[in-house]
Amino acid sequence: MTEFTPVSATVGGFTIGLAAGLLLLLLGRIAGISGILGRALAQPLGEGGWRLAFLVGLPIGAAAVSLVAGGLVVEVAASNPVLVAAGLLVGVGTQLGSGCTSGHGVCGIARGSKRSLAATLVFMGSGAIAVFVVRHVLGAGP
Amino acid sequence: MRVLAALVSGILFGAGLAVSQMTNPAKVQAFLDVAGAWDPSLALVMGAALGVSSIAVAIARQRPQSLLGEPLQIPPPAALDLRLIAGAALFGVGWGLGGFCPGPALAGLATGVPEVRVFTASMFAGVLSYRWVLRAVPIRGLRE
Repeated sequence: MTEFTPVSATVGGFTIGLAAGLLLLLLGRIAGISGILGRALAQPLGEGGWRLAFLVGLPIGAAAVSLVAGGLVVEVAASNPVLVAAGLLVGVGTQLGSGCTSGHGVCGIARGSKRSLAATLVFMGSGAIAVFVVRHVLGAGP
Repeated sequence: MRVLAALVSGILFGAGLAVSQMTNPAKVQAFLDVAGAWDPSLALVMGAALGVSSIAVAIARQRPQSLLGEPLQIPPPAALDLRLIAGAALFGVGWGLGGFCPGPALAGLATGVPEVRVFTASMFAGVLSYRWVLRAVPIRGLRE
């Protein structure tokens, strides 16, 4: 169980939007993490390696916040086999569906894409069903 | 210059994920747990991010090219298809099971928590297995 944190959620979301806006206005690119990841894994130094630089920045930014905040909380309820299955589903699903929370949920909806809105509703729905089954049908987790 | 801009954007993105606590899978799962102790924080994260990036999109649409002289690659509108829906459904199940999506998993590598590495390694395997193998599987409606 976690508490509702409206201030950190808004400040963090604002920063994510700023990052996505910067990438669009400077490089002309959409900040969809799964698209960037897919192409970077296939060709790490393609197009001057900007994708690799963006991806390397993610943990650096998190590490900087961790340094200031005195650590980040990471509570994992899933076992390792479930995490492996989850990772495969996220990997395959984001490539098949051309996007994830950032590409569809933030950037896609921001440019008024109906595809992205539909994708976001679908993954939030199937995510909620997965959590419902794990927590309330199988009775695992908090 | 492009690499530097991408790095700065990535750092900001990762910082935003950490500040909003999206790097904590319990927080994400609490948002998806509508039948339990629901935590709406993620909706505010998305709302705030959407607000700012919508402004950036509006500015970008007024410009002939990016500030660094690159072409603005905003995808044109396209129709819904089975690939999109099936992919989003699979992604959502994995997101709910683990509490990680791609950005927070990569940002969370900074914490050194072993479970983040397990998830991320498996996610890489999923991405590559799609790109190298599954993409070529001839299922009607799922081909690119």
